[in-house]
Amino acid sequence: MKSTSAFLLLALLVSGCSGAQSVLNAEGHAAIELRTLILGTILVCAAVWLVVTMALVSALVRRSDRDGGAVSERKAAAAVSGAVGATVLVITGLTIASFYTTRALSEAPTPELTIDVTAQQWWWQFNYVDQNSARAFVVANELHIPVGKAVRLRLKSSDVIHSFWVPSLAGKQDLIPGRENSLTLQAERPGIYRGQCAEFCGLQHSHMALFVIAEAQADYERWAERQRGAGAEPTEPEMVAGKALFMARQCAACHTIRGTRAAGATGPDLTHIGSRRTIAAGLLENTRGSLAAWIADPQTLKPGNNMPLVPLTSDELRQLAAYMENLQ
Amino acid sequence: MDDGLDDAELERHLLQRWETPHGVWNALATVDHKIIARRYLVTAFVFLILGGLLAVAMRIQLAQPEARILDPDRYNQIFTMHGSTMMFLFAVPVMEAMAIYLVPLMVGTRNIAFPRLNAYSYWIILVGGLLLWISFALDAAPDVGWFAYVPLSGPEYGSGKRADIWAQMITFTELSALAVAVEIVVTVFKQRAPGMSLDRIPLLVWSMLVMAFIVIMAMPAIMFASSTLILDRLVETQFYNPAAGGDVLLWQHVFWFFGHPEVYIIFLPAAGMASTIVATFSRRTIFGYLPLVMAFIATGVLAFGLWVHHMFVVGLPRLGEGFFTASSMAIAVPAGIQIFCWLATLWLGRPVFATPLLFVIGFIVTFVIGGLTGVMVASVPFDTQVHDTYFVVAHFHYVLVGGAVFPLLGAIYYWFPKMTGRMMSERLGRWAFGLIFLGFNLTFFPMHILGLLGMPRRVYTYQPELPWAGLNLFISLSALLLVSGFVVFFIDVLRAWRSGEPAGPNPWKAGTLEWATSSPPPAYNFRRIPVVDACNPLWVHPDELAVTTGLRVDRRELIASSVVEALPQARESSPRDSIWPFWAAIATSIMLIGSIFTPWAVVWGSIPIAVTLIGWFWPKGTAEDTS
Ligand code: HEM
Ligand SMILES: [Cu+2]
Repeated sequence: MKSTSAFLLLALLVSGCSGAQSVLNAEGHAAIELRTLILGTILVCAAVWLVVTMALVSALVRRSDRDGGAVSERKAAAAVSGAVGATVLVITGLTIASFYTTRALSEAPTPELTIDVTAQQWWWQFNYVDQNSARAFVVANELHIPVGKAVRLRLKSSDVIHSFWVPSLAGKQDLIPGRENSLTLQAERPGIYRGQCAEFCGLQHSHMALFVIAEAQADYERWAERQRGAGAEPTEPEMVAGKALFMARQCAACHTIRGTRAAGATGPDLTHIGSRRTIAAGLLENTRGSLAAWIADPQTLKPGNNMPLVPLTSDELRQLAAYMENLQ
Repeated sequence: MDDGLDDAELERHLLQRWETPHGVWNALATVDHKIIARRYLVTAFVFLILGGLLAVAMRIQLAQPEARILDPDRYNQIFTMHGSTMMFLFAVPVMEAMAIYLVPLMVGTRNIAFPRLNAYSYWIILVGGLLLWISFALDAAPDVGWFAYVPLSGPEYGSGKRADIWAQMITFTELSALAVAVEIVVTVFKQRAPGMSLDRIPLLVWSMLVMAFIVIMAMPAIMFASSTLILDRLVETQFYNPAAGGDVLLWQHVFWFFGHPEVYIIFLPAAGMASTIVATFSRRTIFGYLPLVMAFIATGVLAFGLWVHHMFVVGLPRLGEGFFTASSMAIAVPAGIQIFCWLATLWLGRPVFATPLLFVIGFIVTFVIGGLTGVMVASVPFDTQVHDTYFVVAHFHYVLVGGAVFPLLGAIYYWFPKMTGRMMSERLGRWAFGLIFLGFNLTFFPMHILGLLGMPRRVYTYQPELPWAGLNLFISLSALLLVSGFVVFFIDVLRAWRSGEPAGPNPWKAGTLEWATSSPPPAYNFRRIPVVDACNPLWVHPDELAVTTGLRVDRRELIASSVVEALPQARESSPRDSIWPFWAAIATSIMLIGSIFTPWAVVWGSIPIAVTLIGWFWPKGTAEDTS
């Protein structure tokens, strides 16, 4: 039976899977509610499929005791009416379950933190707003949140439609130019949760990932405090040269490094790029080597993305990568 | 008058009136619904093959992580071409083709209503398909998905002429669909054989009628959508530009107001085919004729009340979401009624396991899965986790392939003998069914799991650290099994076409009127128009049907009858062949394609259209013109 084996498979996945980006690996308040609804609904539907298939099989094989007369017509009519009634019941039940889940989700506690999310082709910007604007800061592609706290995301897009989706924490929500949506995240356990743009947004839709890092309040505070600061000053000659290059070439026209002249707004804020786990929206692990590879040829690694190739010698590359890595 | 003639003489007269003579010119001018339907069918199946090859290309690319076989631009063109080809150039036209072929025969008339419009509609859809595929060959195909969301498809982000080509391809296919829909409605309402009252109309014809009404109501929305998109791109109107007061969600509303019913445009004819095949091979009348008709109509009505379920994550007000959840769930009820009536028919009858019935059995098994996953995604909270993932890709392939292509293949096996006079092979049919059924489920079932594991749709690749590679490889290999099934099917079609067993008029011992004439039917369909007194007249009168007389033989004539009772009302002339629909289609195509490039094409392009229409309708003083 396909559906039973499918269910076994599902059960297996639920228990054994620590996949970073999975509906079944629910670690957020909303995702846990949703997983209950999803598995429950799948179970009910699998049962319905089984019943229908069994009815089909018995209709096909049971051939001897058929009289074909008025009696069995009437029996069939009763069976069909019964089945339609059962359909209505199942459908009503599933609709009510759906409404209850929606209600449970909307009862999330009042958020303690608000973050503006701006999606663009093909990366994410997170603006940690603060009443005191000096305490606000901007990061890219890596969202840190305190565990156990409700966090409100205000979702905007600066170009086409994207969709914010971190399945282990919550369902998705679109980011639509000209509108603002919102989504509440609440991680129940510390961890690193991968998410990915879920609305087709052009050439590099496939490489528009993000990470949500849920950590204890104290860790979160420490991280935020460091992000508020300016970019680290270079300590070694190689890095100093890298910084000079950054300011002199096209880099600074698109990227911001707070505490320097670089104030471009087209690309991600790089003030603390060295502290991020990945670069290019989850494309590569963040090492000096991959930084150099990316800067050397972003168009081969992520064809079509909006960072142009800047011609550099290998020495210059090394210097730039060293400077980037130092921006902890 | 035909009263005085004996059969042979009558046939000679009718042939002279109705037959399409040899020659290219005559072929271009023909208005015989069977010839046009055959062209439609061949064209649609060619597009199925092309769309299938694109699917194979996608599966090769996705078989392993970070593959570089297709670059993202190509991949985006390919999935857009696959979706657009399958929906607009295969699924909808193939159902229309079946309607064009079968409806006139099943209601017992000599040609479809507005046969010249019918010829026109074929040329139009052909050009629409060529437009799309030539642009693909030139590496300039649309790359924005088959629903072309703005602003990605708008003037700012949609580069070149790609989105315009998509929008205009839509206009072509919808124009042709609209024409066919009008023909079907009028044929069914006004040309039924005497005695075929509403409760004796074959279920397939009912399903086609409901489909035609859905087309007529849904098309204005998509015409509005594609025209405003072109206007935004060509003359800088700002329908969809939020910066200038436009609204990007407006696009989604109008697109899906059409796009959701589109699914039922494809599914309902398939349900009609399934009903026909179930009845014939259960050897009894369908159980629950009236509930089935009601279910078709209810589906057609409900289809317009659930478009928002494609937009559950755009941030709508809660009340609206609740309404659309309930309405989307509710459509499961008419679907359930249909399934249960088919099961009851099989249960009451004595099923004969011929290939058409095998496909319908496969259809029931898979379509129920697709329907149930449809119930799942109808729930807003459920949908927020699976929307735009491979779960949805699995869902709609279960509905489209399991729910429409399976019955369609069954229908091809079933009506092929009628269309060609030759039988397809039972042995190859079983192989085709087995491979397609198995291949399909192995290909698409795991996609549900991929979706739950977080894989979004429309990605040209995925990273190796994600746990998706194994399933993707499995899916790609299974797709080859599926393809091999289609290869067997097409081999059987070609073999049977050339050298299949002769079929005779009624090889399946079926009960509806199309089997009351020879296979393939003569140009005039019926020597004399039958009189109908039952749902399955051939089962009630296996030897000889009562017929009408009194139609003229010196011109094309058929019977116009009343809408409800199908009482004969008048002798109606039926148009003769004409080359003008062909020229009108060429003129329309020039205008539509020109308007991709300049708005002035609409102005200047309408002149040749006017000229060809004048030619089309010019009174020529022939018998057909003067009554
Ligand atoms: C040979 C069998 C088929 C295979 C292996 C196949 C495979 C696929 C795959 C892998 C996608 C996902 C593309 C992506 O998200 O990147 C897709 C999309 C799609 N398929 Fe199929 N498909 C098949 C047949 C069909 C048929 C028969 C239809 C319709 C009657 C159909 C309609 C669609 C549509 C509408 C899409 C969405 C395209 C879009 O996202 O714009 N497919 N198919
Ligand atoms: Cu995106």
